[in-house]
Amino acid sequence: MNHYETVFILNPVLSEEQIKETVKKYEDFLVSKGAKMIAKEDWGIKKLAYPIQNKKSGFYHLFEFTVDGAVIGPLELAFRRDERFMRYLTVKLDKHAIAWAEKRRTRNKQKA
Amino acid sequence: MATLQQQAKGKKDGEIRYLTPLNIDTLKTKKYCRFKKSGIKYIDYKDPDFLLSFVNEQGKLLPRRLTGTSLKYQRKVSVAVKRARHLALMPYVADLLK
Repeated sequence: MNHYETVFILNPVLSEEQIKETVKKYEDFLVSKGAKMIAKEDWGIKKLAYPIQNKKSGFYHLFEFTVDGAVIGPLELAFRRDERFMRYLTVKLDKHAIAWAEKRRTRNKQKA
Repeated sequence: MATLQQQAKGKKDGEIRYLTPLNIDTLKTKKYCRFKKSGIKYIDYKDPDFLLSFVNEQGKLLPRRLTGTSLKYQRKVSVAVKRARHLALMPYVADLLK
C-alpha cells in the first residue's frame, strides 16, 4: 500500500451536479479497488495559467488516498478515457510529503 | 625616491592612484539555502505563489547561482515547478510575470 495524491482538472462547462457525479464516480472506483480515502479537497473553479482545450478555467479537485500501486494504472486510464477530465496528476507521497499534507490540512481547517 | 619618480614617469595619463584604498564594500553577504536554513523537507507544487520566487519574469527556473539553493533542494524545486506547470497553476511561458 502506497500513499498517493491526485489532482485533476474538470471541464468548466459541466454543471455542479455533473461535477459531483464525476468526483463520486472516481471515489467509488478507488474505494472498490480497496483504497482508503484520506482527504478530499475541492478548490472550486480556478483560472488556468494557460488555456487547455481552448478553455481558460477549470474545476480543481484533489484526492489523497492509500492504495496498492497496481490500481494507479487503471485509474489513470479511466481519467484519460473520460472527456470531462482536462488534466490530472498523480504523485506518490514520501514521508516528508505526508507530514506536509497533514500540516496543510490542519492549517486549511483552521482557516475555514 | 628614485623609484617614486620612475613610477611617476611610467604613469599613464588619466590613471588615478590612491594612497589609501577606497572604502568600497567588497564583502558580500553570503547566499544560503533557504530550505536547509528553515528545515523545509518537501516543496509543494500546489503552492504557485511560493514557487514564483524561483522563476524569472518569463517563468523560467532561476539558476541556483542566483537563488543560493543547495543542489538537493534545487532538484526538488525544479520538479515542483514542472508539476505546477502541468496542472496550469504556473505558466510554461509568460511575459511580465512579476
